[in-house]
Amino acid sequence: MSISASWYLALSAVVFAIGALGVLVRRNVLIMFMCVELMLNAANLSFVTFARTLHDIGGQVLVFFVLVVAAAEVVVGLGIVVAIFRRRASTNADDLHLMKG
Amino acid sequence: MTAVVMNLVVQGTRPTIPDVGVFAVAAAIILAGAIGVVVARNPVHSALMLVMTLFGVAVMFVLQQANFLAAVQVIVYAGAIVVLFLFVIMFLGVDREEDIAKEQLRGQRPLAVALVALGTTGLLLLGEVSKWTAGQPYVAGTDTGAPNVNLLGKSLYTTYLFPFEATSALLVIAVVGAVVLARRPPPGDRMTTETVLGAEVPNDAAASGDAPADVLGDAPEVEAEPAPGETPSVSPGAEVDA
Amino acid sequence: MLPVTYLIILLPLVGFAILVAAGRRLGDPAAGWVGTIAVGTSFVVSVGVYLSLLRVDAPVRSYSQNLWTWIPVDRLQVHAGLYVDPLSMTMVLFVTGISTLIHLYSIGYMKGDNDYPKFFLYMNLFVASMLILVLGSNLLVTFVGWEGVGTCSYWLVSFWFTRDSAASAGKKAFVYNRIGDVGFLLAIFLVYDKVHSLDYSTIFANLDKIGSANITAICLLLLVGVMGKSAQIPLFPWLADAMEGPTPVSALIHAATMVTAGVYLLCRVNPLLHASSAASLTVAIVGAVTAFVAATIACAQQDIKKVLAYSTVSQLGFMFLAIGCGAYTAAIFLMVAHAFFKGLLFLGAGSVIHGLHDEQDLKRMGNLRAYLPITFITFAIGWLSIAAVPPLSGFWAKGDVLDNTWAAHPALWVVGIITAALTAYYMSRLTGLAFFGKDRWADDSVGQELDAAHAHHADGVSSEPHESPWIMTVPLWILSFFAAVAGVMAISSGQFSLSKWLDPVWGTNLYQNNLSTGALWVLAIVDALVAIVFVVIGLRLWSTRSDRPALEAAFLRGAWYINELYDAVLGRPSERLAAFCADVVDPKVIDGAVNGVAGAFKGTGTLLRRTQTGYVRNYVLGIVFGTVVVLGFMLTRMWWG
Repeated sequence: MSISASWYLALSAVVFAIGALGVLVRRNVLIMFMCVELMLNAANLSFVTFARTLHDIGGQVLVFFVLVVAAAEVVVGLGIVVAIFRRRASTNADDLHLMKG
Repeated sequence: MTAVVMNLVVQGTRPTIPDVGVFAVAAAIILAGAIGVVVARNPVHSALMLVMTLFGVAVMFVLQQANFLAAVQVIVYAGAIVVLFLFVIMFLGVDREEDIAKEQLRGQRPLAVALVALGTTGLLLLGEVSKWTAGQPYVAGTDTGAPNVNLLGKSLYTTYLFPFEATSALLVIAVVGAVVLARRPPPGDRMTTETVLGAEVPNDAAASGDAPADVLGDAPEVEAEPAPGETPSVSPGAEVDA
Repeated sequence: MLPVTYLIILLPLVGFAILVAAGRRLGDPAAGWVGTIAVGTSFVVSVGVYLSLLRVDAPVRSYSQNLWTWIPVDRLQVHAGLYVDPLSMTMVLFVTGISTLIHLYSIGYMKGDNDYPKFFLYMNLFVASMLILVLGSNLLVTFVGWEGVGTCSYWLVSFWFTRDSAASAGKKAFVYNRIGDVGFLLAIFLVYDKVHSLDYSTIFANLDKIGSANITAICLLLLVGVMGKSAQIPLFPWLADAMEGPTPVSALIHAATMVTAGVYLLCRVNPLLHASSAASLTVAIVGAVTAFVAATIACAQQDIKKVLAYSTVSQLGFMFLAIGCGAYTAAIFLMVAHAFFKGLLFLGAGSVIHGLHDEQDLKRMGNLRAYLPITFITFAIGWLSIAAVPPLSGFWAKGDVLDNTWAAHPALWVVGIITAALTAYYMSRLTGLAFFGKDRWADDSVGQELDAAHAHHADGVSSEPHESPWIMTVPLWILSFFAAVAGVMAISSGQFSLSKWLDPVWGTNLYQNNLSTGALWVLAIVDALVAIVFVVIGLRLWSTRSDRPALEAAFLRGAWYINELYDAVLGRPSERLAAFCADVVDPKVIDGAVNGVAGAFKGTGTLLRRTQTGYVRNYVLGIVFGTVVVLGFMLTRMWWG
């Protein structure tokens, strides 16, 4: 039995949803970050799927770039987390609510 | 498992394993890992679950003939990024457990579940209803028959050269940014929470003991610092409003 | 001389300008002479223009001049234009002539007043406005003059504004005029709507385009304006109160000129009046009723100026009666004669007041003929003139009016003849109380009070009344001469015939009474008899006794209580409405609406602020929500494309 592209896309959608749920529910900044990585992976998966179905290598190139940018993003993001932690000794996202209107 | 993967990378395109089986196993790994990331109480457990997910995704890549990407995924994502996560978790000492049963923000959890469920359903429906996924059967590799790496390299260095150079600049900037952000401020000029916010720091750990802001400056000495992981559960309790 | 007609208007304006700039420095009496000379030279120019006009011997003697284009808007072209014809020249001549005499008189009368230059400033501006009114070639220029005289009347009536009653009287005059002006304006709008031009010549050439219903409407609206300006029923109460102003003002504005502006206007639009018999009849009835009512009120007044004021209203009623019958020449005749003798009477009254040191109460005068002989002689001529005793001018003028009324509307003639009788009676009463009888002014115990508002500082005059100086008596002589001999204008074949001069202006619109010579003689004899009989009655009753309450009903003294009526019907409800607006509408409705808007925004902001929780996770929830909405949109597009 062959696997059609829609299976991969469904899987990608589910992983993305789980990642979104994680961002919404967890309070620890680092875990929220990891859930963002989950979402990025789900997107990568769907890109590769489309690269296959559309016979275009551009999809894989894009995944390549997403990988690079995700790496850079993680680096900078963790740097920010460290800087924040120095001030407040807390990685709870709910502690950062100074912008309350 | 690694041998299998490397074999595939070297050999190329021809699938030998029943696809559905591989797909099912890999999907199970991915889902388990994803749920684990979200549900694990200990951040370190979360990171490890993430690694599991990444491996599963790499298998998926191989299944779709994106061999190079699978390898890069494992090396970069699982090998570097998650490791970085773990480094930071260990440095900051936030590997204490967090109580996820309690939710401070009113209505956040139900709304989150509802919206995400709705969104997923929508996405799945969209996938079915639209014409994108025509249910194409598994195709033997990408068109031109050349190995995946060759295709990727050719495309990357010709059509997508400019974004390639741009991302290299991006990486340099990211490195610089990280160094600046994570730098210890010079001694004497060290900003502690007390000096910045003054004596009354209501919900901050600094008021309840030693200044934990020095924790990184005294990295070799692991002191008994107060549990920063616990204070957060105290502080938001004072402001329960959405 | 005709091309320099504009000088007639310009010279008083120049006088006004000089007095504005340098009046205070010129002072008493130089400012007075400046004003008098300005108007005097204007009179000289108008005589020149008159002589030039005489030489134009066409069927229609007229000359028009457009000084400049005032309003050059697409469909409305209004020029600052002058129109000189016998009617306007008649008005110009007696306006400038009598103004010059009254200016001369005022130099003496206003001597010692603190605001001496301001008086002449206003008087010059008034004369200029009146001349603009009379010389205008279209309705709008006339209206400019109309408003101008109203404004100057306000300024002059409240000249001694530190006195409350004077300030109120000025306001009252202006407001009543304004009410009339609404009618005038509506007439202008209606005329423009139908004809798209405001020039008299264009209007009269397009009567069929206007349509008879509109013509009646226009005439009635103009009548409303005239009711205000010429103090006819129901807008007459202001004229009595306007006596608060200095006596020369009363003489000039409220006897000879401003109040006759209404007569001029209706005569000017005689083609319209002729085309609408309903409007003409209305004018006649209004005139007759006003004449009668005002005459009855004058019979019971105690202030010398008030008697003359109501007398003016009454005589104006006669003029409108004549206009309503189509006898335009008769109306103008009476107007000119009235200007002479009423002006004379007012100036004489001023002389009396001046001589008695500001005493105006008739009951506190008496036997002044012994002390003020010149004033008495001139006043007597005016008195007999207005009473229509032959052969003075009033007899001929009033007789002309009554003759035409008998021919056109006999019922109104009855009202007219009764009013003529009353006129003779109350004028004799006035003369008897003032100039005959005992020296009541020397008697402090005679203290009948006037209205508290008009209480002058009649502080028991101890010194004897004195005759006025020459500068005040010369105008009296001149006016009495004209009041006496103006009757020659009635001689239709004579050199001074008014009908020969004016009839071409009306053309076929003039009413031809077609009375036989016998009928005319009978009417004349009736007029003369009525006049003489009631003069005698009046004099007999009032030259000896000053106190006859039976003949001075409170109802008449209170002017038929019309002021109280207006107050009850219009004044009090307006006050209550204003209070309501100030206390309820303004703070609660208007402020409430404005504050409510602000409050609504504030409330909305407060409500929306609750989405700004500051928690990142809430914001992520917002993003997810938006994504779900977009997804839903795309799904519905797919399904229901």
